[in-house]
Amino acid sequence: MFQPTHFTAVLLFALCASTVFGITMRDTPRRMVRYGAYCFVLFIGSTIVLSWVMFLIAR
Amino acid sequence: MSTAPNKPAATGKQAQQGFVYLPLIAGWLVPGAGHFLLGKWVRGTLLAAAIIAMFIMGLAMQGKLYTSAQDILSLLGMAGDLGNGLLYIVSRSMGWGAQPTQTTVADYGKVFIVVAGLLNIIAAVDAHNLRTGRKS
Repeated sequence: MFQPTHFTAVLLFALCASTVFGITMRDTPRRMVRYGAYCFVLFIGSTIVLSWVMFLIAR
Repeated sequence: MSTAPNKPAATGKQAQQGFVYLPLIAGWLVPGAGHFLLGKWVRGTLLAAAIIAMFIMGLAMQGKLYTSAQDILSLLGMAGDLGNGLLYIVSRSMGWGAQPTQTTVADYGKVFIVVAGLLNIIAAVDAHNLRTGRKS
């Protein structure tokens, strides 16, 4: 059984979803890469920010 | 006074011939196949790798495949799972993903499988748009 940590799961999820978003939402290869990277950073960044928010609320 | 019939939105030789929904259906059944049919090998390979990897990781995390639509959440989950096309059908027939969700990781896996199906639908629609000429 594959048992990733929560953050590893987020990384894998973001990588796959960003790949599909980048290819399907833009027309040219350059713009696809840029949009995919943008989505990846947003996925990971929002996860880190929300994690800190939940941590601070729980204290 | 007669008027000229409306021209289809799609232009180009490729959009004029063959069954226009073939890339959509092929892309739904096999991730990336719609792009392969249109000669978009790199895009198709990347899409197939991302979607199939996500589906396999979901199963490896012991994620559950939705098998019936007893309530609205199950119905939505099954709709997402069905987006995986043949991956879902083969996995159901092999008995994979039949165990109930008991761990947090298995819950992640369930989400991975549903999202893989939704991403596959997006990829299939993208292949259809390429076929009709809405996207280049």
